[in-house]
Amino acid sequence: MKKLSARRRHPLAALVVLLFALAVTGGLYAAFAPADKAQADDTAQSLAIKEGKKLFAVGCASCHGTGGQGTTDGPSLVGVGAAAVDFQVGTGRMPAQQPGAQVPRKKNIYTNAQIDQLAAYVASLGAGPTVPEKSQYSSDGADIGKGGELFRTNCAQCHNFTGKGGALTNGKYAPTLEGVDPKHIYEAMETGPQNMPSFGDGSLSKQNKKDIIAYLGAVNGDESESPGGLDLGGLGPVSEGLFGYIFGLGALVAVAIWVAARTTKAKKS
Amino acid sequence: MSNETSATTTRRGQAPRGERIADWADGRLGIYSLAKSNMRKIFPDHWSFMLGEVALYSFIIIILTGVYLTLFFHPSMAEVTYHGSYVPMQGIRMTQAFESTLNISFDVRGGLLIRQIHHWAALVFLAAMMVHMMRVFFTGAFRKPREVNWLFGFLLFVLGMFTGFTGYSLPDDLLSGTGVRFIEGVILAMPLVGSYLQFFIFGGEFPGHDIIPRFFTVHVLLLPGIMLGLLVAHLILVFYHKHTQFPGAGKTNNNVVGMPLLPVYMAKAGGFFFLVFGVISVIAAIASINPVWAIGPYRPDQVSTGAQPDWYMGFAEGLVRVMPGWEWNFWGHTINFGVLIPILVFPLVLVAIAVYPFVESWVRGDKREHHILDRPRNVPTRTGFGVAWLVAYFVMLIGGGNDLWATHFHLSLNSLTWFVRIGFFVLPVLAFIATKRICMGLQRRDKDKVLHGRESGIIKRLPHGEFIEVHEPLSQEQLHVLTQHEQPEPLELGPEVDENGVERKLSRSQKLRAKLSKSFYGEDNVIAKPTVEEYQEITSGHGHH
Amino acid sequence: MSETGRHEDVPEEILPSERETAHEGVVTKADNPFADPGLPAHEHRAQDIDERAARRSERTVALLFLVSMIATVGFIAAYVAIPIDKIVYIWPLGYISGLNFALGLTLGAALFCIGAGAVHWARTLMSDEEVADERHPIQAPPEVKAKVLADFAAGAKESQFGRRKLIRNTMFGALALVPLSGVVLLRDLGPLPGTKLRTTNWKKGVRLVNQSTNLPLRPEDIAVGSLTFAKPEGLEEDDEEFAEKIAKDALMLVRIQPQNIKDKHELSWSHEGIVAYSKICTHVGCPISLYEQQTHHVLCPCHQSTFDLSDGGRVIFGPAGHALPQLHITEKDGFLEAASGFEEPVGPSFWERG
Repeated sequence: MKKLSARRRHPLAALVVLLFALAVTGGLYAAFAPADKAQADDTAQSLAIKEGKKLFAVGCASCHGTGGQGTTDGPSLVGVGAAAVDFQVGTGRMPAQQPGAQVPRKKNIYTNAQIDQLAAYVASLGAGPTVPEKSQYSSDGADIGKGGELFRTNCAQCHNFTGKGGALTNGKYAPTLEGVDPKHIYEAMETGPQNMPSFGDGSLSKQNKKDIIAYLGAVNGDESESPGGLDLGGLGPVSEGLFGYIFGLGALVAVAIWVAARTTKAKKS
Repeated sequence: MSNETSATTTRRGQAPRGERIADWADGRLGIYSLAKSNMRKIFPDHWSFMLGEVALYSFIIIILTGVYLTLFFHPSMAEVTYHGSYVPMQGIRMTQAFESTLNISFDVRGGLLIRQIHHWAALVFLAAMMVHMMRVFFTGAFRKPREVNWLFGFLLFVLGMFTGFTGYSLPDDLLSGTGVRFIEGVILAMPLVGSYLQFFIFGGEFPGHDIIPRFFTVHVLLLPGIMLGLLVAHLILVFYHKHTQFPGAGKTNNNVVGMPLLPVYMAKAGGFFFLVFGVISVIAAIASINPVWAIGPYRPDQVSTGAQPDWYMGFAEGLVRVMPGWEWNFWGHTINFGVLIPILVFPLVLVAIAVYPFVESWVRGDKREHHILDRPRNVPTRTGFGVAWLVAYFVMLIGGGNDLWATHFHLSLNSLTWFVRIGFFVLPVLAFIATKRICMGLQRRDKDKVLHGRESGIIKRLPHGEFIEVHEPLSQEQLHVLTQHEQPEPLELGPEVDENGVERKLSRSQKLRAKLSKSFYGEDNVIAKPTVEEYQEITSGHGHH
Repeated sequence: MSETGRHEDVPEEILPSERETAHEGVVTKADNPFADPGLPAHEHRAQDIDERAARRSERTVALLFLVSMIATVGFIAAYVAIPIDKIVYIWPLGYISGLNFALGLTLGAALFCIGAGAVHWARTLMSDEEVADERHPIQAPPEVKAKVLADFAAGAKESQFGRRKLIRNTMFGALALVPLSGVVLLRDLGPLPGTKLRTTNWKKGVRLVNQSTNLPLRPEDIAVGSLTFAKPEGLEEDDEEFAEKIAKDALMLVRIQPQNIKDKHELSWSHEGIVAYSKICTHVGCPISLYEQQTHHVLCPCHQSTFDLSDGGRVIFGPAGHALPQLHITEKDGFLEAASGFEEPVGPSFWERG
């Protein structure tokens, strides 16, 4: 006991404890962070090429094969269609930057024209869903209420009530739908990117998809209303509980400290 | 007092009107005798003593706003198609419970505010009870004569959890409906009677048409009624026992130092009610809670990710989430341990903290009254146990929100679940050890401070060139506070044989008690506090530094 | 050294001795530096000695009460003036209900200012002199206790409760039985389960209807990697018992390349790689449907039970105790239909499930 306490008081003890804590934190994070999966290599260095095939050869072929037939690093693109390319490249997911449980959305590095060229090239490899027309995803003629019901049946289980996203297994996740172009939402439903299942017309009709997009526009757009005030991330009781503790009970404790504090005494001079 | 006032008579030779009313009441209710002992009752001042008040006032706020909500809420599961003013819900089928909740939010002016005050106050109510309970725990305020009141408080906390659960289930929205479905699963998991209970409670197959009206009765009548009774008993006992106080100058176990109920506490406590109500109103003005319109009506085939209960049930949710999927099948019967074990562990963890006061008093064999609060550091085992309990609770809260932790900290859901599975057993032990050591360190520092004074941070150079830090001696009050605590000796079992050489019979419980007592008060758990002799030797020996 | 209160002689030989006992009743002594110095002398606040300061406090309190009045007027004005559906943008809260915000803030201000005024009044103007109140032991003195025990003994004796065993036993019997009436009255809370937990509305020949489009499903509607939710034909949203039925019948359909289906039995119950599983989690019954089309895992959002749809719906993680039930499906006249009902109960386990 005494020996231990003597050692504990060594001036370097605090430093050792700090280093240990850092190492443990880092180690834990490494252990819990999703495991890497061999996926696309760093391909972002190539940018300059203009046309579909050339773009493909440089930006995509290293993983998807020179003819889009797929390799161990990336799936075959034969038959995925223009919609898949428009979604994957348009949301910046492709080309993938680093291996991980899931390829995240990031800044898109291609111009619209380049994406169209890439899409045209991939579409030529095999027929697949085409890029939707604006009329297909605009909210004209959509039923927001029905869209909400469809969203809760088909989408909310992964993307949350209002599309704030959620967790999947082993570090995968359903991303938030905030700020996602309606076109890309339509394409995602049609093509089922990564681990998302697809919702072809046999599963969700064209009108269904339109309704869903209109609903999302109403509840998850930039100007969506949250009548009650701060929506606290739209995450439900967990963020409400945190807010209640920190700002509710926190404010009340601050008030209680004021109520119970001694009043300043007059200074005798 | 009455003598004084009755002496001041009015022109017509009558006592003043107020006094006459009081006389009338006294003749029937005996209010003077009641007021005699209570009107100038002394209450000590400390912010942490007001946590219970926060809970009390939020309970009153909940009752006030709750009564208002019942004026508009229809606890019915009859299905309707919504045609109200919230566009994204138009044309959707829902129960009347959900529809009326939408109407309260969008068509009753101020209805949304009252709903939000009601729900925020509920979260604050339970949070305040929890923190209040921890304050009582760590300062040892549960000791004799307050054990019964500790239990009343504990029951209020548990009943509050269930009142909260039945309350947030009432709107019949998709989130709370998922919680009700969970309850159905829990009931079904009960061995022998599960499926019968489920059909009785739900009035048939899930979800049926009865559960919301039944929850309504439980939520607005049954549970709050019991809670109100317990609350009154809790308050009467607080008055009767008189409040505890922290050690300090003039504060002894036989007195209570503070200011009188009339007028100071009337104003402070009364004012505090308005402060609490005001703060919660402002929160309800700026932050949304349970936006059922965004969540949608319940349908058993729909669900959203991030399906969590309110925070006070999050701990139970965590237990259920991290439980491995064990199930037994035998002789045509099934036991679903994946549900059964968590819901058995859940009350056990709560009961562990509830019975602690009785365990401590048994171990210590202490039958005296205690009105001076402990400083948590001076009771390392209790403090360690409390921290360990909180750590277990918090680990399970992480488990209950594991999906949100995973997405917001970019972790793997599965690894996080494993962390909670192991952490629930390991981390409380580590926390217990660490807390005890910290307490010992603080005790050691207190001893240092008493004997050598406070480190002032002033470096002084002595004539012969030595640098020393000036230590300021403590005031008598500080010395008193740091040395007033008791240091009980651990229990001794005594010799194996009595004076006649006959082997003494020691029951197993006596042995256990001695062992526990040692771990509470043994040498490793206490730093002997400085004695007067030590102090005088040091102070007289070589001045103050 | 604290006053440790009334000591009681504890008869047990094993009670810990207390070091403190020696100090019992010690009063402040000059030679004990740790002794309780006693209540400090009362110090005056500025308000106690300076009438100007006191008047300042008075004005502050009055001002707070006045603000409260104004806020209440504001509350009523907001109630009357702001339309309930008015949405305003307020940074950083977003697009929120103007009425809720205005009512909440004014009500909050009105209440808070009353509280703040009262507390400020108490803190600055009411006497802040601390006084000590004596405590008295809770326990009754011995003579009171003796009197009560004697009274009780007399009462018990007069009742003849102890002597007339027949009365005592029959009374206990009656009291024990009478609550049974209450229990019996609970019987009609609900029907008996019967076979309802074991059966669904799926049976041979019932077509699979798409939940979203409300059309019967054809095999070609379901692509590899897609996810579709189905209900039995004839079940409509406005049916009387729609909720009870869909709570058991909800189905999810996915198509997996037949060579990727690991479980032989699953393959034999599939149609061209289309497999139909109950959407109701076997843990506590959440609609489980977080389908990962590359791994074929399906995750429950409630408690994270994970099932492998390419391997017989086996549980691979989480608290669920058994596999998801699969529905045997087939094709007839170009439409998908059930080849039989579920062969095991869907949803959470129960005692009689077996």
